[in-house]
Amino acid sequence: MAIEIDIAHVARLARLGIPEEELAGYGEQLEVILEHAAAVQGADTEGVEPTAHPLGIVNAFRVDEVRPSLDRASVLAQGPDTTDEYFRVPPALETE
Amino acid sequence: MSAANLSISEASQALASGDLSAKELTEDVLQRASMTEGQLHSYMLIDHDGARAAAKEADLKLAAGSGGSLTGIPIALKDNMVTEGIETTCSSKILEGWIPPYDGSLSQSMKAADAVIVGKTNMDEFAMGSSTENSAFGTSRNPWDPTRVPGGSSGGSAVAVAIGSALGSYGSDTGGSIRQPASLCGIVGMKPTYGLVSRFGLIAFASSLDQIGPFSRTVEDSVALLAAAAGPDKMDATSYHGAYPNFGGSLGKGVAGLRIGVVKEFGGEGQEDGVTSRFQATVAALEGAGAAVVEVSLPAAKYAVSTYYLIAPAECSANLARFDGVRYGLRVEGETVEAMMRRTRAEGFGPEVTRRILLGTYALSAGYYDAFYGQAQRLRTLMIQDFATAYASCDVLVSPTSPTTAFKIGERTQDPLAMYLSDIYTIPSNLAGHPAISVPVGNDELGLPVGFQIMAPALAEEVMYQVADAVETLMGRSPMPKLQEVAS
Amino acid sequence: MTEWQTVVGIEIHVELATKSKMFCGCAVNFDSPPNTNVCMVCLGMPGALPVPNETALEWITQIGLALNCSITEDTQFARKNYFYADQPKNYQITQAEGPVCVDGFLDIQVEGEESHRVIIERAHMEEDTGKSTHVGSTGRIHSAEETLMDFNRAGTPLVEIVTTPSIKTGPQARAYAQKIRELVMALGVSDVKLEEGSMRFDSNISVNKPGEPLGTKVEVKNMNSFRSLERATDFEIARQIAAIEAGERIVQETRHWDEEKQTSKSMRSKEGSSDYRYFIEPDMVPMVLGAEWVAKAQAALPELPDAQQARYEALGLDQQAASVIVGLESAYSSILEGAIDAGADARLVSNWLTQDVTAWARSEERALDSTPLTGSALAELSAMVSDGKLSATAAKKTLAAVLEGEGSPEEVAVAMDLLQMSDLGAIEAVVDKLIADNPDDFERLVGGDGRVNGFFVGQAMRATGGKADPKIVNQILRDRADQ
Repeated sequence: MAIEIDIAHVARLARLGIPEEELAGYGEQLEVILEHAAAVQGADTEGVEPTAHPLGIVNAFRVDEVRPSLDRASVLAQGPDTTDEYFRVPPALETE
Repeated sequence: MSAANLSISEASQALASGDLSAKELTEDVLQRASMTEGQLHSYMLIDHDGARAAAKEADLKLAAGSGGSLTGIPIALKDNMVTEGIETTCSSKILEGWIPPYDGSLSQSMKAADAVIVGKTNMDEFAMGSSTENSAFGTSRNPWDPTRVPGGSSGGSAVAVAIGSALGSYGSDTGGSIRQPASLCGIVGMKPTYGLVSRFGLIAFASSLDQIGPFSRTVEDSVALLAAAAGPDKMDATSYHGAYPNFGGSLGKGVAGLRIGVVKEFGGEGQEDGVTSRFQATVAALEGAGAAVVEVSLPAAKYAVSTYYLIAPAECSANLARFDGVRYGLRVEGETVEAMMRRTRAEGFGPEVTRRILLGTYALSAGYYDAFYGQAQRLRTLMIQDFATAYASCDVLVSPTSPTTAFKIGERTQDPLAMYLSDIYTIPSNLAGHPAISVPVGNDELGLPVGFQIMAPALAEEVMYQVADAVETLMGRSPMPKLQEVAS
Repeated sequence: MTEWQTVVGIEIHVELATKSKMFCGCAVNFDSPPNTNVCMVCLGMPGALPVPNETALEWITQIGLALNCSITEDTQFARKNYFYADQPKNYQITQAEGPVCVDGFLDIQVEGEESHRVIIERAHMEEDTGKSTHVGSTGRIHSAEETLMDFNRAGTPLVEIVTTPSIKTGPQARAYAQKIRELVMALGVSDVKLEEGSMRFDSNISVNKPGEPLGTKVEVKNMNSFRSLERATDFEIARQIAAIEAGERIVQETRHWDEEKQTSKSMRSKEGSSDYRYFIEPDMVPMVLGAEWVAKAQAALPELPDAQQARYEALGLDQQAASVIVGLESAYSSILEGAIDAGADARLVSNWLTQDVTAWARSEERALDSTPLTGSALAELSAMVSDGKLSATAAKKTLAAVLEGEGSPEEVAVAMDLLQMSDLGAIEAVVDKLIADNPDDFERLVGGDGRVNGFFVGQAMRATGGKADPKIVNQILRDRADQ
């Protein structure tokens, strides 16, 4: 199965600013891998339910109770750009 | 002899009897690390002060007679396990310098067990790879031949245990990332049933496949390390809350009467002769010890690698979306928040991680979902059904862990697909969520270790360890590799 | 010319007022300083895992039952992937296939119209985002120089209720949203405060000619009140019809309602719209909400607004007052019911509550449950009116003072000197003096000229500072005239 990928579109979805000159290379590698992976389409899975979780565990809930939050100073200390109270990012200008 | 060469159970006895202190043991291990790190690079970070402080605490516990099986034992954690106050990077530039404000469940368990955490081990970036060549901070090297890879992604954890820079360690296994490096480094590496060890604090690669497990030099040590890490956890909704197996309950019982299944589909093209001969010798030895060897079929196994390389990248494409330069880790500035995120992610992730994010994004995208991801999920069901059929006629399945022994550094980096295919025997257990272990069974003609894989049904760790223990007895423990002089 | 057919679907988001967030133990609290109710889970730190809040799932089940939905027995979370700075993981945990609630309906009533049935397609469980504050020279988003992020709200349980396109007009949209608010309030599972964003709505609108395929759908956002929902919906319907009639093509887009200018403007084109790459959330396991789960939720359901309204009408409230009280915060219902239980006049008390008390609460910006007003206080006030101790006007003054915390109705009325004169002799003296001072007018009264009656009553009220009961004054006048 020949696969053609709009690699620039995929990179945009994944928010990866891959340099123009590297994009095509990624596209070709993905095509090779996906052509191999496309073997899965040859398997007969008629009527087979998909598995998302390997064990049959269900209903893992937590009780609605408040637990201590992290200290704000230690949380903001993680951030690349913060004020005393907030994380700071550049403005959102693009409409994607 | 350096105490760094002791197994955990040997060291534990010496500590309990007072023949050895945790301080002496820790110093020996730190010395071993300082001797070998320059060449082998198993660690991302060695926490000398933390290790010495923990050893001191452990000695107090031991003096009070209240030590447990890991009290004072120097262990290492893969760098995708969150450790409060200790840099945790996943061997990625995007997390370089991140000092977590919390401890993951494994780190908490280790502290509760009074283990001595020596440091954080090198890995393929975000656990994506089979060689540690994808670490953003340099490749770890195989202690049996430093021109070769140690395997991966938990390569650093394997090397540290193989060489004595830790007595035990933990890695994570998504498609073979514990078992394959254990095999290539000549030690024991085990992936538990999905859900037995909490994933809280394990930086996710592929959530439905990832599982933490131990590296050790003996099967007995593997049991002790697993027991210390396993247990239900309210912080992990996929954690198993039922009855836990008695992991070491059948050690020493031998294999007489057990039915051992050899997978018909494994062992074809690409499997090295040296691997095949050690594997066959081991099967023969098991048969000689009274096991019944049967041939079984896993028809869906031929799709396992493809299935894995659709599911794991899909999950990772979402799991790694959080690395965006807003709240922690690397930021590469941009005029807008969108540009900042694009640059941060492009510069912060290495090529293999980038490749898998792209692959997963594509596999999930509109129009391709059902053909790729949806079909992979159905094949996962078939894989589980195949295993169930196989286990109707045998107690465990066996195979080589990896089709090859350690390969040369750089040999496969230009061919991602070839690298992916080296996980062919390990991936099925991850897809099914089943336990599996790699035990060393001697070396090939180049002197490189060969690993023997034992797979078992979900929660059947007891019989898996029973067989692993018999293999270790029959084939002999692997010696430690000769200590190389530190390269200049 | 053929009539246009209008097709409106509404998405409502309701934040649940659980103690803790959807997937972690951080408090749900809107008043906290920024970034103080955050942890590794709701900040999406590496290694953190979500664990679902059981109470939130119980509450969405109740919402589903109240909306006549089926509860999906086998349900699960999914990841919706898109990058957004106030969404810490850059995916939202939500539900795709098999949401908790499906296939329900809600009957609504627009004044002067037949009852209309809105079809509920689904209601699902998800998590809220953090909040961004755009800081710039003009304070407008598009000239922002930087954005400040507060993640206190991130991970708050959110229920999204989605209708089929079964709404036709702005007034129906409004009536539907108001009824959802009443329902959720009755369930006690959310503050549903529009001004705080704990209830938000979006409208999806298209128009077409009967017999033709549905038109292009436009999404309208940023409607912050029921009135703006109604206006924005009607505006969009009119805009589309005018555009098509002028030969324009409707483009699929999101439009932002500007309440001040009463207009909407295009935000972004939805063409080539986002590809959310939904897949089942692998960090959580399926939820099996069986018959027992549903029965438990059913048993925990309180009285719902339609039933409550019917009960109030049976207690003697008029339809309008009953409907207003049902729509108000629950303190109104409990005070009303307390007053009626204590023997108050239902109509009188409901009028006070729906007119005087709501007006007072609005102007003072107070919540009723933060005042000392109780059902028994209202019953006391009601008794004072029926016993003739207070005039209607004095009763309102008394009520205001009670709300201000100045004491019980009796105490307040005494302190403010509002009690009506109960001493018949004193009122007779006042009336007799008026008669003596105005003999000509009195003669006309005796002669049957009813117009002067009002003069005497007014004078008597003035002379007593409004405290004479006009009924008694009238009685005395009649007695004197008959003599």
